This record gives sequence, structure tokens and C-alpha cells, in this order.
Amino acid sequence: MKKSKAFWAYLLIGIIIYAIVQFAMSSGMIGSYYSNMLITMCINVMLAVSLHIIIGITGQFSIGHAGFMAVGAYVSAIFTMKLELPFIAAIVAAGIIALLAGLLIGIPTLRLKGDYLAIATLGFAEIIRIVILNVDYVGGAAGMTVMRETTWSYAFFAMLLTIIVISNYTKSRHGRACIAIREDEIAADAMGINTTYYKVVAFGIGAFFAGIAGAIFAHNFYIIQPGTFGFLKSFDILIYVVLGGLGSLSGSVLAAVLLTAVSTYLAEFPETRMIIYSLVLILVMLYRPTGLLGTKEITDIFKFGKKGGKNV
Amino acid sequence: MEWLQQLVNGISIGSIYALIALGYTMVYGIIKLINFAHGDVFMIGAFIGFWSISHWNLGFFSALLLSMIVCALIGVIIERVAYKRLRNATRIAALITAIGVSLLIEYTMIFFRGAQSAVYPSTIENRAIDVFGAQISSLSLLILGVSVALMLLLQFIVHKTKIGKAMRAVSHDAEAAKLMGINVDNTISATFAIGSALAGAAGVIFGVYYTKIDPLMGMIPGIKAFIAAVLGGIGSIPGAMVGGMLLGVVETFVSAMGFSSWRDAAAFLILIVILIFKPSGLFGKNTREKV
Repeated sequence: MKKSKAFWAYLLIGIIIYAIVQFAMSSGMIGSYYSNMLITMCINVMLAVSLHIIIGITGQFSIGHAGFMAVGAYVSAIFTMKLELPFIAAIVAAGIIALLAGLLIGIPTLRLKGDYLAIATLGFAEIIRIVILNVDYVGGAAGMTVMRETTWSYAFFAMLLTIIVISNYTKSRHGRACIAIREDEIAADAMGINTTYYKVVAFGIGAFFAGIAGAIFAHNFYIIQPGTFGFLKSFDILIYVVLGGLGSLSGSVLAAVLLTAVSTYLAEFPETRMIIYSLVLILVMLYRPTGLLGTKEITDIFKFGKKGGKNV
Repeated sequence: MEWLQQLVNGISIGSIYALIALGYTMVYGIIKLINFAHGDVFMIGAFIGFWSISHWNLGFFSALLLSMIVCALIGVIIERVAYKRLRNATRIAALITAIGVSLLIEYTMIFFRGAQSAVYPSTIENRAIDVFGAQISSLSLLILGVSVALMLLLQFIVHKTKIGKAMRAVSHDAEAAKLMGINVDNTISATFAIGSALAGAAGVIFGVYYTKIDPLMGMIPGIKAFIAAVLGGIGSIPGAMVGGMLLGVVETFVSAMGFSSWRDAAAFLILIVILIFKPSGLFGKNTREKV
């Protein structure tokens, strides 16, 4: 009962944040520059959390996450621009097609481990990008023009849904199975956990939400191009998860929010931004390889005082 | 005789991949790290070659030599500064650091000289040689010759010299090698130096052949060289050579058939097929996982 109370409390805090920002936006207190930044933050948080379930929880090192985002972006753009369906249908379709792509890629590649899996996912993401580049229906290299439909409400509730589903999944029986795989795959297998099944499921969930984030992203700017979804985008998502702490949901959220703010301010100096990003990444890996929060959550820090050090 | 011409082109491009792949495979064999920054050492090599030919008026071979020496130094610096601390870290931490180093090199280069591309000055006269009715450019043959010479030199170093013996011993079992009195740190640095020197040579050759270089040029050839290393069996030196050449030939034929925009996809497809069906590659040894 106590757990579910905490859940409703966080949900309430989330909705209050939403309402305050919504009020500030409609009354004109937040200009278009900052409201754009907030929407980008929501998108990046979704991407970070959806990669967190693959890398942080299940321990499968995927560096091709932008590929699923690209699938979601293009599918949703086809739905709204070519088939003229409502935006909400496009978001759902983007998630489902990205999920299918995730399963299609996950089933063969998740037999691989560590470095090989990383390279294989990178390869698949590049193949997705090259396929999009060569299909004239979606505009090829020139890209595809998309209507602007994303609002703060869409972005925020999609993000909230992502966080709720993934944090509840993590706390469930399935989530614990995934954590067992992360800690020791052979031991998990010996305990009777169907490791392939849980790896594929985590991959599918991650791909689903990356696809939704892609749909929101596509309708936030007026054009989408295959070049946007290259290796550097995957790297951006990776650094949120790694910096926040491999295995910490709140860490990924925090890192995504902070780094989005930093990169918005450094938007005019992209080289400086990349130099800072890569230096941060190297230094974090050398001196604190678990990331800033490790596997802890921010909420654990608050609980620490109440329960007298009994943090599990 | 069209196909013979394509075959020679494919092998000469493939030999560039093979030279880069050798560095990947040697480093992976010795410390089990995918050195993502290797493609950027290749890029630095290309730029050093460019500066030494166009600004310092050196000839092709002296530029090649200079570039190899500087790249060897850079490789050792990267290893000492970034990777040495990670010997006992998790594989993921090492891989992320390698990605970080790669991006750091790329964007530091862009920061100091801009992202625009440079055009290599022509140092070597390119003629078409008629072989059995096929037009084969002398440049392709030169590239092939230089690459093969470097590979033979590498084979000599690895199999006939003391440092080569130490390298083989460390890659076989680093602990036992240490007990036998081999300085493991120096051997690993030597491996990085040799691998990076080969990448630097590949950079100069790439510049002379394609004439256009830019700070992000290392990414795609770097990943393709990794594919070549996996194709041949990572950790195996002859495997990297054969894998590189094979990849070059496949790519050239895909382009020649009119699918040049799908060329990169073909390389990745080869990678995935190899990883799924024969992860040990063509020349690799099968290892069973022990608990």
C-alpha cells in the first residue's frame, strides 16, 4: 500500500508541474524559446528513459537507439502528411511500428553480447537510416516537411506515460528478472529466467517509446531528414543514460534535462558542445564508471533518512 | 574486362580497410577493447600527410613515414591517458570511453581548423595501364603495393622479432606473460603504436586516392574497417587482411551494379550476417564460454 501511495504522490507532483508550465505558457510568461526548450527536454527524457530500460535495467548495450526514433518519426509523418490521419493515431502507429522494428532487430541480435551487440545495433541503425535515405516516398536525403502539431501537453503526457510504464515495469516481477540478467546472465539463466524473452521484451518496450519520442520530435520541427538520426543522435541519448547512472531512472531523467539545457545554450557553438560532451563522458568513465547516481534513484536519498539506512 | 578493373579497384580500396582493420584486430586481440578512436587516428594521419605534402613540400614516401611516426605517438598517448586505467573496468565502460575519445579527437580537430574539407595535392602521376584489355590505374597498383609491403613488414615484426613474440604472448595470456618477465604495459603500448602507424599510413594513402579529406572522414572507414576485422575473425592478423580486401571488393561490385547509395548498407549487412551466423569470423577460433 505504501508503494502505491508514493506512486500517486509522484503522479500528482507531475501533474502540478504540468499545470504550472501550461499556465505560464498560455499567459505568455514563458516565451517560445523556452517553451521549445521544455518540449525538447520532454523528448530527450523519453529517449533517455527508453534507452535506460535496455542499457540500465537489462544491461544490453545498444548504441543504435536513434534508429527506432527515426522509424517513429517517419511513420508518424507518413500518417499525418500522406494519409492525413489525426496526430494521436500517428503517435500510436509510430510506437507500434517502432516496437515491431525493435522485435525484428532484437530477436536475432540479442544472442550477441557486449561489444558485438553494440556494433550490431549500430549497424542496424545505420541500415534504417540508409533505407530511409533511399526511399523517394519520404523525400530521400532532402527530407520530408511535417506540420507542427506538437504542443507542451502532447510532449509532457507522452513523457509521463513513458516514465510511469518503465518505472512500474522495473518494479514488477519482469523488471526484477531484467535486473537479474544485467547482474549475471548465466546465473539468471540457471535460476530459470527465460533470458532471451526478457531481453527481447525490454528491447521492444525501449523501441516503442523511442518511436513515440520520434513522432513527437518529427512534429516539433517543420522538417525531418535522415541525417538527423545518425550515430551522433544515438550518442546523445547514450550520454544521458551513462552520465545519469547506468540503472537509475531518475538519473537519466536528470541528465537529459540538464544536458538539454546546456546544449540549448551552446546551440551556437556545436563543436564546443561536442568537446564538452566527450570530455564529460571520458572523465565520468575514468573516475566514476557507474555514472553520477549509480543505480540509486533520487527518491532513495529521501527515503534514506526515514528508514534509517535500510535502502534496497 | 570490366570486372577485372573493378576487382583491382576493389582490392586497392580493400587494402586501405585492411590497414585500418589490422590496428583494430591487434588492439582487440591484446586488451579486448574496440578502439573506436582508431578511425580518428586514421583521419589525423591523412591530415599530417596533407600538411607535409602541401605545406612542407615533402614527397609521398616521406609524408607517409612522417604520418606513421606521428600517429604511432598519438596512439601511445591515447592508450596511456585514456585506456590504461580501464584495464580492469567493465567492457561497457571501456567502450564508452573509446567512443568519447573518438568524438573528442574529431571535434577538437573541427574546433581548430573548421569542418571544411581539404583537397590533397597530386604528388603522383596517375596513368592507366593496359592489362589484358582492362584499364588499371597506376595509383591503384601503388596503393596495393604499399599496403602489401606494410603488411609483410607487420608479419615480420609479429613473427620474427622479440616485441612480436611478446605481443603474441600477452594476447594469449597476459597474466602468464607477466610472470615470464614480459613488460605487459610496454607491449600494449607497442601494439597501439604499430596499429596507429598502420592507420596513419592508410590515411595518407586514402588522401592520395580519394583526394578529399575532412575531420569526420574517419567515422565510416573506421566502422568499415571494424567490419572487416570481424569478417576476418577479430584478433587474427591474416583475417583482417583478407576481411578488408573482401569488403572492398564487395563494396566495389555493389557500386558497379548501380547501387552505390546502398554501398554502406551492404557493409553493415555483412557485419550482421557474420555476427549472427559465425561470430568468430572466417579465420577466428571458436571459443566456448566458461562460467
